[in-house]
Amino acid sequence: MGDALIEVRDLTYVYHPDTPQAVRALDGLSCSIRAGEFVGVVGGNGSGKSTFARHLNALLLPTAGEVRVGGLDTRDRAVTWEVRRRVGMVFQNPDNQLVAAVVEEDVAFGPENLGLPPAEIRRRVDEALEAVGLAELRRRAPHQLSGGQKQRVAIAGVLAMRPACIVLDEATTMLDPQGRAEVLATVEALNRRDGITVVLISHAMDDLVAADRVLALDAGRLVADGPPAEVFERVDATPGGRLDAPPVVRLARELRQAGLRLPPGLLTVEALADAIADALGGGAAHA
Amino acid sequence: MPEPLLACHDVAYTYRRGTPMAAEALRGVTLGVAAGELLGLIGPTGSGKSTLIQHFNGLLRPSRGRVVVAGQDLWAPRADRRAARRLVGLLFQFAESQLFEETVRRDVGYGPRALGLEADEVEARVDEALRQVGLDPARFGGRSPFALSGGEMRRVALAGVLAMRPQVLVLDEPTAGLDPRARAELLDHIRALHARGLTVVLVTHNMDEVALLARRVVVLHAGQVAADGAPRAVFAREDDLRAWGLGLPQAAALVRRLRSRGVRVGDALTFAEARRAILAAAREAPRGDR
Ligand SMILES: Nc1ncnc2c1ncn2[C@@H]1O[C@H](COP(=O)(O)OP(=O)(O)OP(=O)(O)O)[C@@H](O)[C@H]1O
Ligand SMILES: Nc1ncnc2c1ncn2[C@@H]1O[C@H](COP(=O)(O)OP(=O)(O)OP(=O)(O)O)[C@@H](O)[C@H]1O
Ligand SMILES: [Mg+2]
Ligand SMILES: [Mg+2]
Repeated sequence: MGDALIEVRDLTYVYHPDTPQAVRALDGLSCSIRAGEFVGVVGGNGSGKSTFARHLNALLLPTAGEVRVGGLDTRDRAVTWEVRRRVGMVFQNPDNQLVAAVVEEDVAFGPENLGLPPAEIRRRVDEALEAVGLAELRRRAPHQLSGGQKQRVAIAGVLAMRPACIVLDEATTMLDPQGRAEVLATVEALNRRDGITVVLISHAMDDLVAADRVLALDAGRLVADGPPAEVFERVDATPGGRLDAPPVVRLARELRQAGLRLPPGLLTVEALADAIADALGGGAAHA
Repeated sequence: MPEPLLACHDVAYTYRRGTPMAAEALRGVTLGVAAGELLGLIGPTGSGKSTLIQHFNGLLRPSRGRVVVAGQDLWAPRADRRAARRLVGLLFQFAESQLFEETVRRDVGYGPRALGLEADEVEARVDEALRQVGLDPARFGGRSPFALSGGEMRRVALAGVLAMRPQVLVLDEPTAGLDPRARAELLDHIRALHARGLTVVLVTHNMDEVALLARRVVVLHAGQVAADGAPRAVFAREDDLRAWGLGLPQAAALVRRLRSRGVRVGDALTFAEARRAILAAAREAPRGDR
């Protein structure tokens, strides 16, 4: 595929191989992500999402199979740095990510490593802090921040790198509802406006309704890959699977079963409300 | 009115007091939590939730005001703060950062061992706590807590709190990072513990969880109590909630939008209530052809 930014082929990853503690976290996973795509990743706890994410910027290297970023094979140590420049990652827990003593230094850390001129670094840091609403706390120490503030610093750090692809691993779990909406809007704008590829891992499927595609993982395998509406409709169909359809999708389903005529593909509260209003107003309710 | 189990009287707290970096996190919070309550504590990022709950078991000392737990002023001379710590089990936000033992079993058993319990009792509690959070002790007990997925780590941390069998459970974002099913299981579990008499304070950014579980909601904003009441009353204040950076439970937002579209539908805070309200509205719809 010509414009694939990321190509994952038969990826298998085993933690602590050849020991009694061996864990096969990924098991023959293949997918490709095009430049400019917004891809959501869902899956139960332990299904392999973070392990997958860490392969996208060469933090982990395949036990078998391969991962290519912009054509570069991540196993080639000579390109590790280049891969990390292209793919920026926000971790699940900011405590694992925040390194500097002061917020703005933390955000500057990445751009400094890119060897950018100081004026450019300053500009990017300002912009990134502004984007996540942390400009006022720039002189604070990261460990003196609230949980949600720390997550914002971690996100700003990656924004300042301006990578071709941003991977967010449950990076908004500690944000308040509006903060989460703001960060998601920022990420979506980066995707739509600047063409930055986004890989967003989340347990909140409502975060992913704007995604072009959703990948669902289960026990290290890809069990679904398609547009959100399609994946969410059948994500709980797998027997023994750990995934549930989002509440809005489930409610729509229950209302249909009760006789309301609702179109398929209702993913948001707004869409569902409008469809119900149409169904009731049009006298479509029946038993 | 019975004496509340936990009480804060005009509690203020300033981080790095007396330095140029001073940050006033709480500005006079007065709040009582009665035995057997299930309270949802919400508020925007940085509003002081985590700071407040660390006062409940004496981890932080108020800069001003009093904290009273089970009738004892925690900062009175000769106060027994260790007793408060046994009474109040606190799950930290990002609790997974605090795992430290070599195995999951040892980590969960750390608190019970520190209580001086017999080895058998410790092991029994560890098994029970791990099962309560949905981790099979045989499969996970021997593993390193650092070699787990994020959601698994969080469950181990929660098991560590449950193994202490506290009377009050204070949980700071316990469901963040849990998959939908684990989240539902944990909420069921909190409900069951509450039914058995535990007092629960649940800090969360998820309004749906609050709607589902809490009997009372307290909103913190800029270090002060901005609202305190029944979920129905607090979630009726939509404009205020938005001004505080919060929002409505999804079911309430759905009902609101239906009404704006002219559908006459009853109140709902949860999806189950929304379903009932919508089906009732459908039966009454003017041109419904049932
Ligand atoms: N460092 C490690 N050593 C050994 N096993 C690990 C390690 N990290 C993760 N695992 C295991 O690998 C599997 C996949 O973990 P991963 O972190 O990728 O899951 P996840 O989908 O991100 O889960 P979560 O939703 O809980 O974050 C799990 O079974 C987990 O226990
Ligand atoms: N160790 C610290 N030193 C200095 N200031 C701090 C420290 N911890 C928190 N603060 C500040 O105190 C205020 C309240 O923080 P707190 O962690 O209680 O908020 P919170 O409501 O729990 O937020 P979140 O929803 O993001 O977890 C914030 O403005 C925060 O920046
Ligand atoms: Mg993970
Ligand atoms: Mg907090």
